[in-house]
Amino acid sequence: MNLADGVQLVSLALLSAMMLGAALGVVLLTNVVYSAFLLGGTFISVAGLYLLLNADFVAFAQVLIYVGAVNVLIIFAIMLVNKRQDFAPVAKGWIRKAATAVVCLGLFALLTTMVLVTPWALSPEMGAAAGAIVTIGQHFFTDYLLPFELASILLLMALVGAIILARREFLLEEPELATEQRVLTLPERPRELAGAAPGASDRTTTTNPSDQNN
Amino acid sequence: MQLQYFLILAAALFCIGIYGLINSRNAVRVLMSVELMLNAVNLNLMAFSNYLDPIDVKGQVFTVFVIAIAAAEAAVGLAIVLAIYRNRDTVDMEQFNLLKW
Repeated sequence: MNLADGVQLVSLALLSAMMLGAALGVVLLTNVVYSAFLLGGTFISVAGLYLLLNADFVAFAQVLIYVGAVNVLIIFAIMLVNKRQDFAPVAKGWIRKAATAVVCLGLFALLTTMVLVTPWALSPEMGAAAGAIVTIGQHFFTDYLLPFELASILLLMALVGAIILARREFLLEEPELATEQRVLTLPERPRELAGAAPGASDRTTTTNPSDQNN
Repeated sequence: MQLQYFLILAAALFCIGIYGLINSRNAVRVLMSVELMLNAVNLNLMAFSNYLDPIDVKGQVFTVFVIAIAAAEAAVGLAIVLAIYRNRDTVDMEQFNLLKW
């Protein structure tokens, strides 16, 4: 084992400890804000593991998309649905927890034995890390062109769908409808139509719901 | 031996994601668990791409696709959570029984 292998092994151990600890924190912590920030830690650790796997472009995309977009989106969603409530305990809730833990540990043991038993056909040659992005680009525009374009269409559909789903509907308020509608609406401040900038989306003008709650 | 490390790591991350997916009461945390599972799959793909197919790195191509789909999924999922929160005034997964019975 030379120096580079030692450095690789140590960084692998550090990154895996960070990743597993942050992932356990995401799942097990009670405060969902801590979970969201630890999720960012998990994503960054996974990006470091990608760097260990000679994939600099995908590591960069991971940091850019997951940490920069998905995690920020999740934190915004947490701020939008910021409602402090204590969940009512479910009857026999521990059975589900225990059963899930048993199933997860069993699945992990199964996968681990499968990984260790299988004789992997390891490729003898080493990958060129610098040329990977060129190869990825060639794949995108030759043999994976159709999935590439389909992904762009799907992203457009997700964009439109997310806007339509998250948009607030303006109902024509009839007096007898308003009483039964009030039960289902969100307790939040009504939006100022004149004051808001026309380009501002619903999310930025939506006030924190919790200040109306308490 | 390095390949097995990454595969076991991905398996552990996937199992943590499954545990969080089933046991979370908060709907946003369920989405976070789904992201964890997607990351585990990505790690698998990247490990296979590096150790079994280092010349034409098809695993990295698939990983980029999965990242794109995961971003779309996160946007739509969080929009659905917002819509449900507007209607039901809660994020408790136990009370989302509109389509249950």
